[in-house]
Amino acid sequence: MKVALIKYNAGNVQSVCYALERLGVEAELTDDPQKISTADRVIFPGQGEASSAMAYLKERNLDQVIRDVKQPFLGVCLGLQLLCTHSEENNTTCLGIFPQLVKRFVPSADGQEKVPHVGWNSIENLVYNPLLKDLPDARHLYYVHSYYATLGEGTLATTHYIQDFTAILHRANYWAIQAHPEKSSTLGEKLLENFLALPST
Amino acid sequence: MLTKRIIPCLDIKDGRTVKGVNFVELRDAGDPVALAKLYSEQGADELVFLDITATVDKRKTLVELVTQVAKEVRIPFTVGGGISSVQDVYALLAAGADKISINSAAVKNPQLIDELAKEFGSQCVVVAIDSRCADGIDWVYTHGGRTATTLQSKAWAKELADRGAGEILLTSMDHDGTKAGFALELTAAISGALPIPVIASGGAGSMLHFKEVFTTGKADAALAASIFHFKEIGIPELKLYLDEEGVVVRK
Repeated sequence: MKVALIKYNAGNVQSVCYALERLGVEAELTDDPQKISTADRVIFPGQGEASSAMAYLKERNLDQVIRDVKQPFLGVCLGLQLLCTHSEENNTTCLGIFPQLVKRFVPSADGQEKVPHVGWNSIENLVYNPLLKDLPDARHLYYVHSYYATLGEGTLATTHYIQDFTAILHRANYWAIQAHPEKSSTLGEKLLENFLALPST
Repeated sequence: MLTKRIIPCLDIKDGRTVKGVNFVELRDAGDPVALAKLYSEQGADELVFLDITATVDKRKTLVELVTQVAKEVRIPFTVGGGISSVQDVYALLAAGADKISINSAAVKNPQLIDELAKEFGSQCVVVAIDSRCADGIDWVYTHGGRTATTLQSKAWAKELADRGAGEILLTSMDHDGTKAGFALELTAAISGALPIPVIASGGAGSMLHFKEVFTTGKADAALAASIFHFKEIGIPELKLYLDEEGVVVRK
């Protein structure tokens, strides 16, 4: 199976490569539109800042490449946010695959809930979907983020921090996870495994 | 709900795990990759590797170790020890570390925190504070606790958060190695005043100490070394205990 990891100015892609290796899949980090559009699976990982990431994608025409992808596509963390319609992070127009908006967490008044949201939190309100098939009992994923996607059409699971936000998203051949499955032990590994096992389109 | 994190710390010297009592006497506690995998399987929420060799010629060994850990371990990990530049951080993150921890270099050049936060994002910048109390004032120490500074721990923690640190790793040197419990007052004062998470370190000796640091101490995470390495407390039993005591943990 050919897996393309979209190369752009975002951090933490090496961990995704290693997680796929543990599942027996060799991924290629690439910004070549040809390689991306002919891969069996495309993963859009990343940590970073929304406006500079979008600018980088547009400069290389990768925004259109991402919109044109027909095979199963997985956005992770910033990848999920960039697939939404708009992000409050430097008022950025995103790719618009999902109708969700990306907003900044507002810390709770009592200071109990800090921003960023860092650590293990549970996924809830799961909707039946092949990505969420046969999950282990563990319900916690590892999160590191200051912005979140609102709830809406295509929200497959929610997580609660300050308020409920979208943990996992799906529309057509696009899936996205706000947490870091590559760092989320058994549950994270199962989500990646399920993604790789989705029927090709 | 967001859970409280349990973080075993692996002190590394020449690619091996060691643990110093009050940072001076070192005892060998095994192979770091094997230990990291074991902790991950037992339910540790994160890992911290502190390289106490950190001489220039040994950096390569550390990068190789980080690569190995990143390949085999499925939970986040932080690497610290002797990091003093953007280039050092780049090498460790590129090898697969999720976060880096800086200490002495941040004191020497606070601007480095701003640079790292800008270059790599606050989420991967942990700043460690080694704190020791003298005449009722908590002071910052550097170089593994050997060098005193004129910085006060609480004010320094505030400055770190303002400069873009993502988390504070707070070690009470007065408590470290004593097994008499974490520095609850200092941890609560810093954690309560800051908008970023605080990892408490130093003094863990019993399961009750963990409960105390998460409740009274307001810590977001708790770090310990020898009690885990020498199996005085198992992570599964610790998680079970905390859960029963009403502390939200990942099971």
